[in-house]
Order: sequence, then structure tokens, then C-alpha cells
Amino acid sequence: MSNAEDKPLSLFEKLWRRHVVVAEDSERPAVIYIDLHLIHEVTSPQAFDVLAGKELRVRRPDLTFATLDHSTPTLPADDKGVYPYATPAAAAQVDTLIHNCREHDIPLLGLDDPRRGIVHVIGPELGLTQPGKTIVCGDSHTSTHGAFGALAFGIGTTEVGHVLATQCVLQRRPKSMRVTFTGVLSPGVSAKDMALAMIADVGADGGQGYAIEFAGQAVENLSMEGRMTLCNMSIEAGARFGMIAPDATTFEWLEGREQAPSGDKWDTCVADWSTLPSEQDAVFDKEVRIDASAIPPMITYGVSPDAAAAVDGRAPRPVSDAEKHASEYMKFEADQPFSAASVDRVFIGSCTNSRLSDLREAANIMRNRKVKEGVIVLVVPGSETIRAAAEAENLHKIFLKAGAEWRRSGCSMCIAMNGDQGAPGELVVSTSNRNFIGRQGRGVRTVLASPATAAASAIEGRIADPRPYLAVAGR
Amino acid sequence: MSVEPFRKLTSRTIVLSEDNIDTDQIIPARFLTTTERSGLGKAAFYDWRYDDAGRPRNQSPLSLVEQGGHSILVAGSNFGCGSSREHAPWALVDLGVQAVISSDIADIFKSNALKNGLLPVEVDSKTHRQLLNSPGEEVTIDLESQTVRFAEGEWQAVFEVDSFARYCLLEGVDPLGFIMQQLPQIMQFEKGLK
Repeated sequence: MSNAEDKPLSLFEKLWRRHVVVAEDSERPAVIYIDLHLIHEVTSPQAFDVLAGKELRVRRPDLTFATLDHSTPTLPADDKGVYPYATPAAAAQVDTLIHNCREHDIPLLGLDDPRRGIVHVIGPELGLTQPGKTIVCGDSHTSTHGAFGALAFGIGTTEVGHVLATQCVLQRRPKSMRVTFTGVLSPGVSAKDMALAMIADVGADGGQGYAIEFAGQAVENLSMEGRMTLCNMSIEAGARFGMIAPDATTFEWLEGREQAPSGDKWDTCVADWSTLPSEQDAVFDKEVRIDASAIPPMITYGVSPDAAAAVDGRAPRPVSDAEKHASEYMKFEADQPFSAASVDRVFIGSCTNSRLSDLREAANIMRNRKVKEGVIVLVVPGSETIRAAAEAENLHKIFLKAGAEWRRSGCSMCIAMNGDQGAPGELVVSTSNRNFIGRQGRGVRTVLASPATAAASAIEGRIADPRPYLAVAGR
Repeated sequence: MSVEPFRKLTSRTIVLSEDNIDTDQIIPARFLTTTERSGLGKAAFYDWRYDDAGRPRNQSPLSLVEQGGHSILVAGSNFGCGSSREHAPWALVDLGVQAVISSDIADIFKSNALKNGLLPVEVDSKTHRQLLNSPGEEVTIDLESQTVRFAEGEWQAVFEVDSFARYCLLEGVDPLGFIMQQLPQIMQFEKGLK
């Protein structure tokens, strides 16, 4: 056992070792093979230009998959089939991806494809995302796919070009961190609250340079949707990688999906995937423990995602210049209860919280209730598949009857580049992942929250605790 | 595309002392609908440089970058956090920034910056404080010796930079060329995947 090779391996270490084409040394990073490259319209056009300039082809179009989500309208086309793009540039960007995919034989979920959706929603939904894979995308929330026990990370456009041309990226091995959530969650508390509690705990840069593995009873108890929400926000703690060991929940969720293995191949894969979890004595560079049973529904009150606190709390007194600046922008007075803040708009969607279980969580609270007068509520399913599934169980009717808007899938108000955005000064309670200044429109004040908290806030027209609603609903 | 070599830079600094300057500040998402990588300088820190009516805010130190001679940005910790948009370094470079100094620069931004001739320099907290307190000072960043120092005086500090990224910057090497050279190993690796 003294041999370094015999040391107990972590999930990360196993995934890493499986994909090293050329090992790293002091002079150069490792060459890492990529099993799945997801692309979208915003971060790919300049990468295709580099290929064109060098007269290179996409090396493995069969391992590349494209969707339209960021600049894509969430309102339907008009009678003439014209989509309401925010700008001609947005339309041109979508057309460019369609053209590039055609040129390079890359499968693309086009505007009218019933499977189209947000890149981090459709990958898992189609079964493209699988345990053991390396997955990259020109998008920082690629860590979402780590929920399946995959090594998934966001890359820049230059690296998108590298992967298109070679199916590899250059990467230094990150340090390892394990975040263990002990105990079980209280009613009304979800994976989003765990994510916000974790970011508040380690800080917006606490995960920088690390690959995070989420573990513990509360993580094991999460559904795949919840696991995706948690891994999704790893980057908000500064970590490019977030992952969870695959288990029966993972396999059950994947089985039978369009691109998942089937028949004998399925059994072989499950046997292999079952070897991936971290070994008992695996050592991590950093360990964080969080008592999940003590996590309340969380909201953010500042302009960095680590400024998070209990929804039924009060705004803290700002101390540093940064905190003072944030508090001025957010207009939360010190010691004022968060529940005193009136809400102008609510967004339920994004790669963080737009899956069927998220929509159910929100609908459960909005059923037979009305959105507070004057509050605009946008519900944007993560994919067209989810939209159809939600409509099949009449969730859209609950939202529409309550006075919310029911849109087509896309990133929408999370990044606010398709025309869906707030007006200056508005307070938006949002199930998305970033509360940066201007993220949801110039001058917009963003409060991040779970779907349940967002729904309760929509009903009350102020920041609201979802727990009283659950008691009434008898859950 | 070969990259312009980066060896040594002497320039005056501008200071943005805020911590957690995220990529939405560096370039707001509404400017990301472009399919080009050039011409994004106007969008760099747009909401910091222009008011709601699109009029320039005179008090922004970023205006000094446009005027020239100020190509080193000294920023608060966790600079470049947030999204993977490479538009952030593209915009900064187009504006005239050639190096960013902080105590702590976000991973994806750092990786993107290095591929675009924008040098991310992470320094110890004492050096960081000193630089934050000295806006407009002339500073020399020497990539070869991995040092940063005030042009006047003896003081200097060492910074770490990934050895491969340093080599690529010093020699103007495109990392894609390096990966392409590994194609035989990549093909060998793929054979084992079947």
C-alpha cells in the first residue's frame, strides 16, 4: 500500500485518469480527451472562424451536439414564421450556428425542434450526458453535467476551437474539494438553497482552482434535477468542476433516454459506472461540511452570489466598501426584514431551475392563487420537452390562471440577451444563478432564490418564505 | 493564428479596486450577440463608462485606457468571475488593456486572457495593496523573469504563471498547433475507446 498508485482514488481522479491522452508535466498541461462537446450560438461562431482560417474540419462531429438557447426568443414565431429576435445581430448569430452545423455535419436542435432547449438541460434529457464522460461547452454552467458523475467544465471560445479541431483540451489538474452535506433537508428547502448555502459558506472564490465533489446523505437523497441544480452553481463558488457520484438514482433517470446505451450495452455501462464513486479513504485537498438540516430557504441580498441568507432574515449591516456599494445598489436597508422588499418581477427558469420538478415546485404554490397585481412573472421551461411534459400535466394552466406568462424554452432572463429582461430599478426574484449588477437588464436588482421562494414571492408581491404555503398544501 | 509575443510591458496603471468584478461588468451580455471577436472595446465596462443616455462618464479611470499610456489594470480580488465569455478579454484588449493585476483572478477568465495576449498577473496581498494604492504609477511587468515592479525604485515582486502559457506568450506560439502535434497520440487514444 505504500505505492502511490495504490492510494484510494476519488471520483475526479478516476474520471481524469480515463481521459489523459498526454500526461501533464512541469512544462505543459495534460492533453485531455473530450467525449461530448456541446455548443450554442453565442460562444461558437469565432471558433468556427478559426477553423475556417486554418482550413480545418470539425474532427468529431459525432461527438459534438448543438442547440439554440441564449439569443433565442422565448416567444413564438408570427404568422409568417418570423421569430421576434431582440436584434438583427441575435438573428444573425442563430443563423450562423445553423450554417456552421450544416457545414460540419453537427447535429443541431433547430428552432422548431420539439427537443430544443437550454444546453445544460437537453444534454442530460437526451441521455447524451452520461457518467464517466468528459463534457465541455463554451459556458461556465457546464458543471451541471457533473451531477451524473461526469467530468464537465466550461471553456472559452479559443478552447471551443481546440475541441472542434482536435477533440481535446489542454488542462492542468485542479485541486480537489469535497463538500459533504450531512443530515436531511427540511420541508420547503431544495437543492437551490443548498447551493446558495454552500456558496455563502465557501465564498465566491472559495472553489477557485478546485474540482468539487458533493457528497453526504442530503446529496444522495436529491433527485437528478436537484443534483443538477447543485452542480450547476459550482462556478458561483469559483469552481469550474462540480460532480456527484453516480448511483441507482442516476441510472434510473438515464435508462431509456434517446442517446443512452440500451440492451446489453446498458448493463455493461452500469457495471462500469458503478466503479466510479470515490473510494472510502480518498483524500481531498479541502473538506467542507455543511449541516443540511439547518439550511433554511435562502435568498441573495447582494450583487455576488455568496451574499446569501435565510429568506426570513434581515439585511445585514454592510461593513466593507463592497458591501456598502452592493447594499446601495440593491436598496436593502440594514436590519430591514427581506420580506419588506416589494417585488416587481419574477423569473422561473434557467439551466439552474427550469426542469419539470422545478416547475411543479412553483406550480404547487401558485395553484388556485393569483400573482400579486403589478408583478410580472415569466415561467420559461428549460426545454421544449419539458414544456410539453408540463403542459401534459396542465402546469401551464396553473401559471396562466395565476397571471404568469408561459414561454418557450431558452436562457431568457438569466442572461437577458434575447430581449427578456427587467427594467432599470426593478427588483427581480429569479431562480437563475447570478445576481451580478445589470445581469438581468441595466439597473435591475436580482434576488436569487428557489422555485418555491420565487413562486411565493410572486403571489405576495414581496420576498416571501415558501414554507407557510407547503403547510396549507399539506405536503 | 499566431499570437503576438508578450515579453515585457511598461505602462501606467489604472485601478478598479472593487472585489468580484464579474464578466457581466467587463462586457454586458447584450453585447454578446456578435459573431466577431474584434471591435468590442466600445462594449468593455460599458455600463461603468457610459450613463443611461450613452454619455461618457468622465470620472471613470477607464477613460485613461482609451487615451493611451495606461494599459495595466489593477483590480480587486476575484477579478473576472462569472461566465466563460472570451468576449471579456477580447473587449479589454480592444480597449487597450494588456495586463490585469489582482490578488486572485477567476480561472476561466485567466485561461481565456492568456490565449489573447492579455497577461493575468496574480500577486501576493501586500503587493496587491501597494498597487491598489498607487493608481497612475508606471509599472513594469516582465514575463521572462516573472516579476512586477514600479518603474522608479528598487521594489519588485514575483508572480506565478502557468509555464506552458508563459512559453506560448513569450514565443508567440498558438496552443492549437501544440495539440495538433499530438494527433498521433489522440488517434491512438481513440482506438482504445472502442
